[in-house]
Amino acid sequence: MAIDCLVLGAGQEVGKSCVVVTINGKRIMFDCGMHMAYNDHRQYPDFSRISKSCDFNNAIDCIVITHFHLDHIGALPYFTEICGYNGPIYMTYPTRALAPIMLEDYRKVLVDRRGEVEQFTSDHIAECMKKVIAVDLKQTVQVDKDLQIRAYYAGHVLGAAMFYAKVGDSAMVYTGDYNMTPDRHLGAARIDRLQLDLLITDFDFHGICLVFQFTFCKCYNSEIEYRNSLFIDYAAAVSDTVDYIIVSYLISLPCPEMEALAFGLRSTYATTVRDSKYAREREFLKAAASSVLHTAVASILSFVVIIVVHKCVAGGGKVLIPAFALGRAQELCILLDDYWERMNLRVPIYFSAGLTIQANMYYKMLISWTSQKVKETYNAFDFKNVHNFDRSLIDAPGPCVLFATPGMLTGGFSLEVFKHWAPSEMNLITLPGYCLAGTIGNKLMSGNPTIELEGTKIDVRCQIHQLAFSPHTDGKGIMDLVKFLSPQHVILVHGEKPKMATLKERIQSELGIKCCDPANNESVCIPSTHYVKAGASDAFIRSCLNPNFQFLKSGSEEKSVSGSKCTEGTLPLWIKDERVAEGILVLEKSEKAKVVHQDELLLMLGEKRHEVQFAYCCPVNVDELEKFTTTSLTPTARMLRDPNKSSLIRLLVAKLSRKLSEGNIQDFGEHLQVESFHLSVCLKDTCPYRITNGLEDKPRTAFFCCTWSAADDKLARKIISAMENRDLVET
Amino acid sequence: MGMLGLPFLTRMEGFSAKIYITEAAARIGQLMMEELICMNMEYRQFYGAEESSGPQWMKWEELELLPSALRKIALGEDGSELGGGCPCIAHVKDCISKVQTLRFGEEACYNGILIIKAFSSGLDIGACNWIISGAKGNIAYISGSNFASGHAMDFDYRAIQGSDLILYSDLSSLDSTEDIDQSSFSDDNNNWEELMNSLSNYDESVEEMEKLAFICSCAIDSVKAGGSVLIPINRVGVFLQLLEQIAIFMECSSLKIPIYIISSVAEELLAYTNTIPEWLCKQRQEKLFSGDPLFAHVKLIKEKKIHVFPAVHSPKLLMNWQEPCIVFSPHWSLRLGPTIHLLRRWSGDHNSLLVLENEVDAELAVLPFKPISMKVLQCSFLSGKKLQKVQPLLKILQPKLVLFPEEWRTHVSFSDVTSFSVSHYSENETIHIPSLKESAELEIAADIASKFQWRMLKQKKLNITRLKGRLFVNHGKHQLLPENEPGGSSQTRPFLHWGSPDPENLLAELSKMGINGSVERCMTDAESEDGFTVKVQDPEKSMIEVRAAVTVISAADKNLASRIVKAMENILEGI
Repeated sequence: MAIDCLVLGAGQEVGKSCVVVTINGKRIMFDCGMHMAYNDHRQYPDFSRISKSCDFNNAIDCIVITHFHLDHIGALPYFTEICGYNGPIYMTYPTRALAPIMLEDYRKVLVDRRGEVEQFTSDHIAECMKKVIAVDLKQTVQVDKDLQIRAYYAGHVLGAAMFYAKVGDSAMVYTGDYNMTPDRHLGAARIDRLQLDLLITDFDFHGICLVFQFTFCKCYNSEIEYRNSLFIDYAAAVSDTVDYIIVSYLISLPCPEMEALAFGLRSTYATTVRDSKYAREREFLKAAASSVLHTAVASILSFVVIIVVHKCVAGGGKVLIPAFALGRAQELCILLDDYWERMNLRVPIYFSAGLTIQANMYYKMLISWTSQKVKETYNAFDFKNVHNFDRSLIDAPGPCVLFATPGMLTGGFSLEVFKHWAPSEMNLITLPGYCLAGTIGNKLMSGNPTIELEGTKIDVRCQIHQLAFSPHTDGKGIMDLVKFLSPQHVILVHGEKPKMATLKERIQSELGIKCCDPANNESVCIPSTHYVKAGASDAFIRSCLNPNFQFLKSGSEEKSVSGSKCTEGTLPLWIKDERVAEGILVLEKSEKAKVVHQDELLLMLGEKRHEVQFAYCCPVNVDELEKFTTTSLTPTARMLRDPNKSSLIRLLVAKLSRKLSEGNIQDFGEHLQVESFHLSVCLKDTCPYRITNGLEDKPRTAFFCCTWSAADDKLARKIISAMENRDLVET
Repeated sequence: MGMLGLPFLTRMEGFSAKIYITEAAARIGQLMMEELICMNMEYRQFYGAEESSGPQWMKWEELELLPSALRKIALGEDGSELGGGCPCIAHVKDCISKVQTLRFGEEACYNGILIIKAFSSGLDIGACNWIISGAKGNIAYISGSNFASGHAMDFDYRAIQGSDLILYSDLSSLDSTEDIDQSSFSDDNNNWEELMNSLSNYDESVEEMEKLAFICSCAIDSVKAGGSVLIPINRVGVFLQLLEQIAIFMECSSLKIPIYIISSVAEELLAYTNTIPEWLCKQRQEKLFSGDPLFAHVKLIKEKKIHVFPAVHSPKLLMNWQEPCIVFSPHWSLRLGPTIHLLRRWSGDHNSLLVLENEVDAELAVLPFKPISMKVLQCSFLSGKKLQKVQPLLKILQPKLVLFPEEWRTHVSFSDVTSFSVSHYSENETIHIPSLKESAELEIAADIASKFQWRMLKQKKLNITRLKGRLFVNHGKHQLLPENEPGGSSQTRPFLHWGSPDPENLLAELSKMGINGSVERCMTDAESEDGFTVKVQDPEKSMIEVRAAVTVISAADKNLASRIVKAMENILEGI
């Protein structure tokens, strides 16, 4: 039995996630993404590798989409409407609701801006969406008789889910993008502890690192790596959250003065900041930071954005936030609205017509998919300070904040406003974390001071800030998840090769879990779990659940010697209750295998048990015994010169308990018992089990009759040799 | 509605049972409980707490919900504490905090051995049927279920298909005296899909819509005549649908009559119902996908066509009040809440209309308000499957055994059913059902299976092998996994022996191993009549004592001893 895993996209790269997994004959496609950076054949996964004849309906049992981002769903309409896949597609309710908007938005951008031939039409999107079956979190969905899938909350974006799939005894999880810490308006990823053969996890080293990557990319490209590590070191050391936020902000400022500060951070952050000329700024930040901390969706990353926006409007500037219809706009808006409320700001926040209420409506209906904090605030998407924008307001005096589509300044309203606002130094434009090459957004990111637009040059003098919270998971998050789930194998996708290689090493060495990071179009085959099924009788199950206590003396001999204060009485006792299931598997022709208890087997066979036992009548020199034990026995015991039965047994127990590390010696007065080993004083003159000759005549020899079952032979022999003092030579 | 009695249980000292409720039902249930308590407090404020036994609704609803058997299990023999006054908000909060909420199709594991799952029943938002599965089979509990709902997610019968046992408890249409017409469901029809389609045809939902439309037109007639309409809120789903429909009717007849909702929890309830697409029917989910509100009330409130107030005495309501009007308010028993005040006001107006559901005894309900000249309209909405659909449905579900209510024995006959057996149950009686499966399913790890050492038993044609591992009872499954410390006990020696050794055979086996001895029959011992003793002299003195059920080997040297054991094993059967 094996799981085959064909990586069609996002293998050692970021973009167009698509993995086709075959488990016990069932084939599932996880995600069907497009690559945003290409517009040739590389933008879609190479579907021909799934089926040479392009008969996808027979080749694939179902498609599972983790979230509405284009690099996870962008190729879906193409695959269903043009490649002709007609089977079931599963995604969560929010993804089902929001995906068509994303797809339509992107289709428009492509057609409008590039004038390209569209890959799919609006009708294609609508038709494609009809094939979707929406699922709820944790709902176990039976795709067919054998295939079961289940979605788990992944954070990242509204409706993002990790998917569990199970066929027969083999099970796996495909994560998609996720984040392990609650952030902004979403909660942290949540999953049950599952028995997994395979975990396919997205590796996207965004998160905190990305913030700095983007804010520094203008001046400090070469030092990004250094600074990232520096920051993470520092973040771990700082305990005061307010300071932590402030530092993260300061580092993010793209100005040369910060360089010295950043270098000095590791050792002397506190003095540097407090004595620096940023002291006044610090006061401002401190007030703002404590306010951010109390917002419903506080996070360190969001702080930077808020402060930048606040500083701009405080200086009378206008803030343009180009955004796509979904996600970032709502997310930022919650933050700003809440912050405005707390700081008692009166500067208007506007939504341009493209965004508006429609998208907010979705968020309102899907509020149960947001974080606990947002859920508790009933009207999270009823923004108090948000108004609709009117064209006449573009040149109105006074500060304001405006959300406008499209996100990358590719045209439309956001570009129109940009033309008006860009020339003023007071104004601010916040760009999304990622801008396609060739867009105005992209040009601004690369620091172009003049932008040519339809023949007219625009002198860009406003501040540019790049929004950079890409809510992806980070290395620690992945390690945490892998450790938590402890799968048999891990496959890393959706990340850059060198970074994934590092994590691969860590997973293998630290967690001892096999891990690989296949490239695109590579296939990985891993073994899968298979259980042998049998019926189990009640008696067997009951016998397995019986307690099986074992009492072990703690520590070895040396330990108790070295810690000589430990007398025998105070030695801690280890109690072990490892229940071992023992039974017999019976296979009768043409019947199902059955597990029974051994007593039941005899019943089935109509036979009676025949026990095989050992017996031995063991001679022991009483003097020897006393000599050995007096050292540790109380004086009263020493006085027993004429040993009766129970005192003999007691002497023996004392001796054996010194010599035996295993077994629980039980003294019953008349006899002693260790497991099945039974010993009693033998007073017979001729015991049939008294094998050894020649000892009878010796004085002061006592005989102990021992019996034991074959199972405890080893133990019994040890006890006997101890009794016969055969090991005395060693001591 | 099925959970309103819960705080009575959970506030008992020592109550520790797990409670599973669907998420939506828990939330709506909590709101309804809070509302009841709020109304009860108001009631006491107005009329005093002279009745120590609490208000009416408590007596004839809550207590009846608890069969005595359950009471005993939950509270011990002493059930007398029940009904010790009305629970308060703290009780409700405490109750809800003890509840484990589930989504449809979510697996909850009880104690490792049972998996509990809820599937939509279509009756109301969050209403469900349950499946409990364990290693020995699964049980489905079917309560009132509705094939085509205009609000809640449809009855998910597929999930229930193939259960071993169905506890059928859809008692809602007991009072219906419909004749069972089975002609349309022929027995030889094995195409379940087709059969299912015929069951869940849209007649029912059309019928339901017609009922709604009828109520709406009556309401419109009343307000046109200058009267007001009072609609006590009962089931949440019906309430929401009625609200939508009335607003549409008003629009069509271009009436400008205000609709009031007077309830302490209405605002929260209305907001909540617009955030739960996962719990609603297909048509409502489509609304989510197209970006429209799930229920029309969102828009209607915004347009100020519907006004929501927490209480009759809300200042805003008094300012806004306009008659004629249409009012939705609790409580359907007409003994609590704003309905009392409004009934007092309108009972004399022959143009006004009171809409009651059939399950309420209208005569009794309006008794305190007599004489009443106000019109009373009674309607019944589907609260379960119709009788004639019961048998075909059960056939589709293919259980092995059906437990059916005794009261229905005369209404539904299973005489011609062969695919499953039927037992009838009645209230407060325990019935014993045969074990569904003889043995529990055990999953044995491949690591263990690969180490099996099979032994063929000639006389019985059996293959047997010893099995050792750690048993895990997890998520309703029994799994046998390898031991923690493998290798430590790689004993392959059999420990279980049977058969009767024969002296000649034993001597022969022994001599093969180079052990020589002689057989001595000891006739002295009465108990060991068929026993014998082998005295071994060579290589060392030792003894083998064979009796009917036990063989005792006595040898000083452990190697010799183990060789003798081997010889014994060769002549005995063992594992």
